[in-house]
Amino acid sequence: MLPISTTLPRVFDIPDVLSKQGASVTMKDPRHARPAKRLHHLGEKAFFIISWFVPLALVFFWELFSRLGYLAPQILSAPSTVAKTAWNLVIDGALFTHLGASLLRACVGFIIGGILGFSLGLFAGFSKLAEAVLDRTLQMMRAIPFLALLPLVIIWFGIDESGKIFLVTMAVLFPIYINTMLGIRQVDPKLLEVAKVTGLTVWSRIHKIILPGAMPSILTGVRYALATACMALVIAETLATDKGIGFLVMDAREFLQTDVIILTLIIYAVLGVLGDSLARFLERRLLAWHPNYAGDVH
Amino acid sequence: MSNTVKQSPAVIVRHLRRQYGKRAIIDDLDLQIESGEFVALLGESGCGKTTLVRVLAGLDEVDGGSIDSTGEIAVVFQEHRLMPWLSLEANVALGMNEKTGRLLAHNALGEVGLAGRENDWPRNLSGGQAQRVALARALVREPKLLLLDEPFAALDALTRIKMHVLVKDLVARHQPGVLLVTHDVDEAISLADRILVMRNGHLAASYFVAAETEHGRASLLRENLLQELSVDIYTNESRT
Ligand SMILES: Nc1ncnc2c1ncn2[C@@H]1O[C@H](COP(=O)(O)OP(=O)(O)OP(=O)(O)O)[C@@H](O)[C@H]1O
Ligand SMILES: [Mg+2]
Repeated sequence: MLPISTTLPRVFDIPDVLSKQGASVTMKDPRHARPAKRLHHLGEKAFFIISWFVPLALVFFWELFSRLGYLAPQILSAPSTVAKTAWNLVIDGALFTHLGASLLRACVGFIIGGILGFSLGLFAGFSKLAEAVLDRTLQMMRAIPFLALLPLVIIWFGIDESGKIFLVTMAVLFPIYINTMLGIRQVDPKLLEVAKVTGLTVWSRIHKIILPGAMPSILTGVRYALATACMALVIAETLATDKGIGFLVMDAREFLQTDVIILTLIIYAVLGVLGDSLARFLERRLLAWHPNYAGDVH
Repeated sequence: MSNTVKQSPAVIVRHLRRQYGKRAIIDDLDLQIESGEFVALLGESGCGKTTLVRVLAGLDEVDGGSIDSTGEIAVVFQEHRLMPWLSLEANVALGMNEKTGRLLAHNALGEVGLAGRENDWPRNLSGGQAQRVALARALVREPKLLLLDEPFAALDALTRIKMHVLVKDLVARHQPGVLLVTHDVDEAISLADRILVMRNGHLAASYFVAAETEHGRASLLRENLLQELSVDIYTNESRT
């Protein structure tokens, strides 16, 4: 219809291998969203309140039933107990030590895996030869669920930090690799022709056309990698450790401290939400030109 | 630009040949376009007009013959082909020196009536506006030869007329040699100095359009051209 849509690289199709593994990326098309919004304009505030009312009510009844003694503290601690535990861990600083240790693992693993995946993706995306050399091997390795590597990781790295970081790295590497490569390969050849007739240098061609064109796909990879990294972190931290959120869990399990376990669940959830905000932030910064991300109020 | 100074031609094509497999799409084609000359190229669908443009632009290979051109070549395609992630200014200045590019792009956007939209995204443009930016991107490098491959085909009739006026004006100012591929005979007559008809891989007919073509002669030319394109206007008219 509009010529603009014909020039957009069709990189939003998540490679089906990924979607099989359960990646869910929601792209909001404002053109579809708008009429619905207008329809419910009056009720918008009410819907907002209702959407918060349900979880708050759940917490309220949870607290209520705990106080009335219907919920044993070993099964499900009261929200107030969890809050108190959290506060105590904050006061004595333990929470930050453990959180810091976990975040460090996640970040180091993410950075290593991200850099490796991005570089390999660049090579394979730009050069058919590099693709021939790399792609089949990487695809075969990717077929291994990375969590199944756990026994090998223990044999290779023992139970210290490097094994945990390795696991996160593996979880991040493949989604970033694949989406970078696909993104580069799917850059509209018509735009590359423009690069040719305007006499762009190789460098301008890469950073003015190919990388921005591949960016939606690369960020899809980042979003997916954040989710798998989170999963890898949880599993990696079940390996013997003396600090980290995982240590808190293990320790709490031994002493049946349900409140601490629930607290760690909440912490993992918060980390997930933060990762998501990071992805959103990157999308807004790097894809401001893109109709799917423009003015995305959500 | 002075008309008395004889400038070198924008392009000279001799015995050009381009084939896909065994089939020659362009076969022994000769063409010369002078600087400042506006040439329109007509031809039935699939006769090789786009192929010719792509070969001239260096986007397709040459299988024989020669192409001589002394200066820059710019192309406007049927689609605007703007980079959606670059501002209009950056799109126009694509491939140019950072500083001069900005200034020239600013001026070029002004010339196509989009002053003040420098930092806008291409997605906020209408089809006609986007095509004007594509035109600015082509003209900002002061090409010696400007190739236009059905640049107005996707536009509505009114926008197309406005684009004709704009293009005529811009070409008069910048004086590139122009090769306009079109299916619209009236567009060719109103814009071009010379109209070529492509058939069987080479240029089968050439018509000069006198600047002050009177109404009667223009319609005669129109009939001739339509016949060249094997459109039988009489049966069409008797039907309607
Ligand atoms: N890459 C290609 N490989 C093989 N054949 C091609 C290729 N590109 C074009 N052709 C053939 O070359 C012929 C000329 O195509 P071209 O696009 O130049 O026609 P055209 O005159 O521009 O047509 P239209 O007016 O419909 O745009 C067509 O028969 C087409 O099938
Ligand atoms: Mg064509």
